[in-house]
Amino acid sequence: MSHDAAAHAHPPGFAHQFETIQQQREAGSLGMWVFLMTEILFFGGMFTAYTVYRQLHFASFEAGSHELIVLFGAINTAVLICSSLTMAMAIRSAQTGASKNTTITWLVVTMILGAAFVAIKLRFEWLRDWNEGLVPGLRWIPGPEHTPGMEQFFCFYFFMTGLHAIHMVVGLGILAVLVWMTARGRFSSQYYAPLEISGLYWHFVDIVWIFLFPLLYLIGGRYSH
Amino acid sequence: MSTATLDLPQAPSESRVNYLNASYGIRSWLLTKDHKRIGLLYLGTITIMFIFGGLAAFFMRLHLIEPQGALVEPETYNKLFTIHGVIMVFFFLVPSIPATLGNFCIPLMIGARDVAFPKINLLSWYIFITGCALALVAIFSGGVDTGWTFYTPYSSTYSHTAVVWMASGIFIAGFSSILTGVNFVVTIHKMRAPGLTWFRLPLFIWAMYATSIIFILGTPVIAITLFLLGLETLLHVGIFDPAIGGDPLLFQHMFWFYSHPAVYIMILPGMGVISELITAFSRKKIFGYAFVAFSSMAIAVISFIVWGHHMFVTGQSVYAGLVFSVLSFLVAIPSAVKVFNWTATLYKGSISYEAPMLYALGFIGLFTIGGLTGLFLASLATDVHLNGTYFVVAHFHYVMVGGAVMAYLGGIHYWWPKITGRMYPDVWARIAAAIVFLGFNLTFFPQFVMGYLGMPRRYAVYPAEFQVLNVLSSAGASILAIGYAIPLIYLFWSMRYGPPAPQNPWGAKGLEWECAPSPPPTENFEVMPVVTEDAYNYQPTTGGSH
Amino acid sequence: MLMTFVAQPGAQQLAAAIFPLQPPAASTIAGGVDQLYYFLTGVTVFFSVLIFSIIFYFMIKYRRRSPGEVPPETHAPLALELAWTLIPSAICVVMFFWASYLYVRNARPPAASTEIFVIGKQWMWHVQHPEGPREINELHVPVNQPIQITMTSQDVIHDFYIPAFRVKKDVLPGRYTEIWFEATETGTFHIYCAQYCGTNHSEMIGWVYVMSPSDYAAWLAGGEQNESMSQSGEHLFSLLGCSSCHAGTAQTGTGPSLAGIYGQSEKFADGSSHLVDDTLIRQAIVDPDSVQLPNYRNVMPTFKGQLTEEQMLQLIAYVKSLGTEERKNGQ
Repeated sequence: MSHDAAAHAHPPGFAHQFETIQQQREAGSLGMWVFLMTEILFFGGMFTAYTVYRQLHFASFEAGSHELIVLFGAINTAVLICSSLTMAMAIRSAQTGASKNTTITWLVVTMILGAAFVAIKLRFEWLRDWNEGLVPGLRWIPGPEHTPGMEQFFCFYFFMTGLHAIHMVVGLGILAVLVWMTARGRFSSQYYAPLEISGLYWHFVDIVWIFLFPLLYLIGGRYSH
Repeated sequence: MSTATLDLPQAPSESRVNYLNASYGIRSWLLTKDHKRIGLLYLGTITIMFIFGGLAAFFMRLHLIEPQGALVEPETYNKLFTIHGVIMVFFFLVPSIPATLGNFCIPLMIGARDVAFPKINLLSWYIFITGCALALVAIFSGGVDTGWTFYTPYSSTYSHTAVVWMASGIFIAGFSSILTGVNFVVTIHKMRAPGLTWFRLPLFIWAMYATSIIFILGTPVIAITLFLLGLETLLHVGIFDPAIGGDPLLFQHMFWFYSHPAVYIMILPGMGVISELITAFSRKKIFGYAFVAFSSMAIAVISFIVWGHHMFVTGQSVYAGLVFSVLSFLVAIPSAVKVFNWTATLYKGSISYEAPMLYALGFIGLFTIGGLTGLFLASLATDVHLNGTYFVVAHFHYVMVGGAVMAYLGGIHYWWPKITGRMYPDVWARIAAAIVFLGFNLTFFPQFVMGYLGMPRRYAVYPAEFQVLNVLSSAGASILAIGYAIPLIYLFWSMRYGPPAPQNPWGAKGLEWECAPSPPPTENFEVMPVVTEDAYNYQPTTGGSH
Repeated sequence: MLMTFVAQPGAQQLAAAIFPLQPPAASTIAGGVDQLYYFLTGVTVFFSVLIFSIIFYFMIKYRRRSPGEVPPETHAPLALELAWTLIPSAICVVMFFWASYLYVRNARPPAASTEIFVIGKQWMWHVQHPEGPREINELHVPVNQPIQITMTSQDVIHDFYIPAFRVKKDVLPGRYTEIWFEATETGTFHIYCAQYCGTNHSEMIGWVYVMSPSDYAAWLAGGEQNESMSQSGEHLFSLLGCSSCHAGTAQTGTGPSLAGIYGQSEKFADGSSHLVDDTLIRQAIVDPDSVQLPNYRNVMPTFKGQLTEEQMLQLIAYVKSLGTEERKNGQ
């Protein structure tokens, strides 16, 4: 089969179902955006169910929200926002043709921040919830302070933050692969599409958290009583 | 690019290297990135699942010839209809045309070498068979008896069957749909041949694009719904069970938010196939190209806002009922437009009656009936009487079997020469098409009557006054089964013994016929095509754009 | 013309004797639903026959006559596209308005309806008349009187369906749904469960017995002498200790007075207003924390799991009977 001469220059990572590297880049980008739309609907289904029950059982949801520690939620929010910055820096580093060590450093910092997010969540929030008997279905200690309505809130808390955490862990895996690819010299200022696409995914996971934080942690006036 | 005269069948070139003989061995199939081979992997898988789903139906209809049940206990009957529904919806109809014909034909029809993401395409097949495996585990570990709709709290709290296995299987298979949808959207956007503008695309591509939109936006919601159902079942937490604080209607809203668009996932590709068949076998440009293309898109969009018509008798507000009713009427209009356009395409055409065309013509008639009976259900006052009865069962089988399955069979027969490089015996194919048409109508028409008389669906036993209609229906089902078995036999036979197919046995327009051999090489085209005319340009003297 | 003929009762009975295509039309709304059905059927038959005929005609007239034949060009006039978009739309508009009119008109029970209560459970229907008699899988009603059926489920979702009356509604756990009908002829008609509910869903069927008013009164009076629902409710009310907090007339009880509250709009502690209907009273019994009124402390215990659905309906009937400030004895 014959190609255009230009395409036959075979930039690294060129996939042969495409005619040009430009087409490949556009396809990859469009593919990730479309995939993120599916993720919006995926989280959106959960958010919708959450919204319905928040409307129906507002007082219980408020009480449940007040059991969460806003400080850790806020710290995690800051951690994720920083990680999006470092991710963008990693992409920029590849884009401007900086040394692969620069790119790797930014990627690794992003991974550390992402891991910190998960660690803070597990160690300071979920472990505490477990100890206090606030984990529905697995360890829920009912009582006047732990009403059935609050149990429903915590169902959603764990489902939503759990689903988000799974996406974070997948993101960490993707970052690890990117680190490996960068170390192998796969990227250049001409070709860094995988970094860009993964960046889109990472930013998306960050944005989901930006919604989760106020919805879960900041219900109702917290400081008025 | 082909010349303006009509291509007549050319001599086959069998000793060529093509995608089937380019490499041999299990690994070359299981690790393929070729969209054509992946399409065949899907074809094999869904045929197996169809056999399971069909067997369940066969036993159900056999059981129902007696009012007190002829074959099984109610528990088993309940499992049979659940298995039939789950398999046919999620593991046969939803993937059928998209994953087999879509995967195979889309790159060929747009002049591309493959889809945008071939490895993800293969991954989607592996995800799909994982879902199938889990569903089969559910079936063979005792089955599920909730109905394919899994209404709560029965499914989460009262049924002690393999609900979580089955829900997991569907959940996982859903990701296969999502990846396929992403792949198709990007492929159609980015990989069209030079000169192939949107309004020169074959209508099958428009239909697959519209279907992919539904894949992308709808499937995640069923995924999360089943995910929540599974968690509720396992952990006994209150999401959908009112006894522990949940709302069973929320389940229904979330379930139908996907499952209504899902039925358009099932019919839109079929409509796309029909557009191809009608034009090819009447050798005419489609009547009203833009209208048909836009109708596909309109159906995809409107399909997302009609789900409440499944819930008219659940106690939802009158206001909600009115809104969903009017929108449900709205979604019927584009389908009507298509039926009229297909019919008008036949006008002054040059019509031939090979099997694909028989399936296409059968589709138009049966889909018309199926679609019109949907209006009985969109109408609030009649839906109150008809919901939950056999009328609904008849309606959806008319559109899904009389519609989608006939279109699927028509498409398989049409593209078979391209896929396998062989011709099947057309006499047997036409006989089978006729048997399917007759068997289908005998099976499902009596069910309209049963429904208005009041016989509810999902009944293992029924009052004796319904027996005559049930026996008619079961008789039809046995005829239908024969109609489905015959193609299975001759299509398999043709793969080995069928005469070699020419490049374009039907004399059809389209890049897959005019520019690719039968079967195509792995890269699809020896010379990448350039498009200079509209689709279906059988009358080349006026090649203007529509 | 054909439809008018078909709609005549005589024609229906004739057809029913030979081969029934519809259930008996035994309620005030059944005839209206049937007429709409005939219209829909007529439209379906018309368009199906039209499409089938045109296709057959084209199939024959335009069959291919030689292998290489290429037919002439035809044009697709916009007017035709618009016609077959707008005409079906117009027909759909007619259908929508007709069906919606019937639906809305039939949605609200007439004010003077007699209320009968139905509890669906796997796999039977418990029927409770307010005067006391109870039935299982049978419903006796008087002819020519509007009857409202208030229903709930004890377990999963069921659906109460009487084809002869053209009425159907899901029966949900944790809340009440209603249908109403007015039977126009005496006789015996099917009741079905029309929402799959488990193993014996298809055996959850029964019979409606429509009787003349005198026969119905005799039926009510005969049989076991049960006390009425509100009387049973009154007994439960004191047995369970409700009266200790909700003492009938006092304004200063631990709990609010229940006299006259049914059907009123109550303001909750969080400022929202709710209609006091059957569902709200039931909710207050099983989940009092969700029903907090201003000026009352949240001390009501929950009775979840301690009452059957029948008993809950009896309590509700009792509360309903507390019309105005004075208590009335239940009928």
